[in-house]
Amino acid sequence: MDTLIPILQLLAAGIGTGSIYALIALGFNVVFKSTGAMNFAQGEWVMMGGIISAALLTSVSSVGLAVLMAIVVVGVVGMVSERVVIWPLRSPTALSITLVSIGLAIVTKALVMLTLGKQPAGFPGFSGDATLNIGGVFIPAQTLWIIGLTLVFLVGMHFFFERSIIGKALRAAAADREAASIVGIKVESTILISFVIAALAGALAGAIITPLTLMSYDQGAMFGFKGFSAAMLGGIGNLPGAVVGGLVLGLLEAFGSFYISSDFKDAIAFGVLLLTLFLRPSGLLGRAHIEKV
Amino acid sequence: MKADPPTPRRFRLSPDMIGLIALWLMMSLVPFVAPNYYIVSLVTMGLINLMLIASLNLLMGYGGQISLSHAGFFGLGAYVSGVLNAKFGISPWIGLPSAAIVAGLGAFAIGLPTLRLKGHYLSMATLGWNAILVVLFNQLVDVTGGPNGLLGVEPFNFFGIDLASEVYALPLVLVISFIVMVGILNLLRSRMGRALRAVATNEIGADAIGIDSFRTKIAFFAVSAGIAGLAGSVYVHVNMYASPETFAVSQSILLIVMVAIGGAGAFWGPVLGAMVYTLLPQIFADLHDAELLAFGVGMLVVLIFFPRGLAGIPAAIRNLKTKGQAR
Repeated sequence: MDTLIPILQLLAAGIGTGSIYALIALGFNVVFKSTGAMNFAQGEWVMMGGIISAALLTSVSSVGLAVLMAIVVVGVVGMVSERVVIWPLRSPTALSITLVSIGLAIVTKALVMLTLGKQPAGFPGFSGDATLNIGGVFIPAQTLWIIGLTLVFLVGMHFFFERSIIGKALRAAAADREAASIVGIKVESTILISFVIAALAGALAGAIITPLTLMSYDQGAMFGFKGFSAAMLGGIGNLPGAVVGGLVLGLLEAFGSFYISSDFKDAIAFGVLLLTLFLRPSGLLGRAHIEKV
Repeated sequence: MKADPPTPRRFRLSPDMIGLIALWLMMSLVPFVAPNYYIVSLVTMGLINLMLIASLNLLMGYGGQISLSHAGFFGLGAYVSGVLNAKFGISPWIGLPSAAIVAGLGAFAIGLPTLRLKGHYLSMATLGWNAILVVLFNQLVDVTGGPNGLLGVEPFNFFGIDLASEVYALPLVLVISFIVMVGILNLLRSRMGRALRAVATNEIGADAIGIDSFRTKIAFFAVSAGIAGLAGSVYVHVNMYASPETFAVSQSILLIVMVAIGGAGAFWGPVLGAMVYTLLPQIFADLHDAELLAFGVGMLVVLIFFPRGLAGIPAAIRNLKTKGQAR
């Protein structure tokens, strides 16, 4: 039993961070599906979710309310961002959207820094700083909140894409833009909606991880890369893949830093990523895509 | 298109070549016109940046492939040459080609599994590769000096003269960067260069007319990374120091941005991109935090309104004028 305890503890920690990566990867994938672009601003939305929650907590008394408001604010930021920088592109291509998103990330980061400052922000967890003791395994209550809320969000997304008319329109536009526009789907608005979903997913991730790790204005890029890696690991553009990729990456980091070396934690994670790309280029869950001429 | 009458082949310099010679002559006069340490060191750093951005433009602007590891290859070159010199006492002159070869081989290894596939695989794999390199630069403290940086790197020595500092190194950097730029120009005009553009435009079409698109892509990726490695070696011996954060993924992303701002796929684009990349931190030095915002906004303006970069602005204005006349 004693040898099992560290393993269970690492498992919980790995699934916790893995959930965060899964949310970010989901955001990446949604934008990738609608534009074909890699959205470098994704990580900044994660950062904003955490920092805006903390800033709102100075005027709002409940943590839950502050987080909810922050997520809505970041959703609006996602919407405005799309209208201001993607919409004006005269001939949007995957490459031009990718490049513009780098500029968007820089501007977002600078604006947060100038308005909310450089101090790392933090706030208490949803159940305070409680730690649960489950048969000798210590798990912060916040980790359970992270896993639970991620699950709720993912289930919600599943129903959104499978059942709602907007979700179906998004999928149709991702599958075939021209055919979708012929049947009356406004393909341009699907890009807007995908940006909003991506911003919401990122903001949720940032808001729920901040009680455990604090958040500062310059951490966005790091979260973005981790989410991007998770998306690739699972198969880019593949929504269930984001979840698998996120969890695998989170577990790899947790076990890798405990059993091998925490200094090489990132190298281990990225090493596995490279290996996956070489051996299974379409990701763990991806299917090979064969283009016939 | 109008057919040119067949002209006898004779040696003639192209306008681009004349431009290169004129620009390099002007730059070699800088130490005499402005004998100012600061200005001369800016030219030296600008030329190192130019090699980086021009080699990335070769891959990205002409080949349509995005490498998120260009700063990583730059760093690999810097550390190969720097460590060989500082730890094993090997001459920088041997480090220079070694750096280019190691970076080129690294790119070859990454390209082998990923460039067979279409799509984003190269950018994904290179992102991981750069991240791993930075961890290694930081953590292999005994070899690289870790986060404190690599110390004790010697400058290039030219017949007994130490080319220490950016000022003494300028002639050497001028020569190396000139060779690199002429090489790129000729490569683009060669059969391989035309093949690369064909592959970037339509891979299946290129394969159909007998171009091996995989070999073309991997060759250019290796050359591009090799030049970055070469630039890294020059950098480490001019700077006599290297530290891991210079070679982070964020720097790779910034280099991609500089290619786009200068004008991707335009031969003179990287010259403008390198100027922006080198001068920006200088101009904005006393703006501190607003620097980031101004840079981001400026970048968005260029990318949104001038998709072909700064090099494309004259053409964009000409376009507007002809449109105005048509109306």
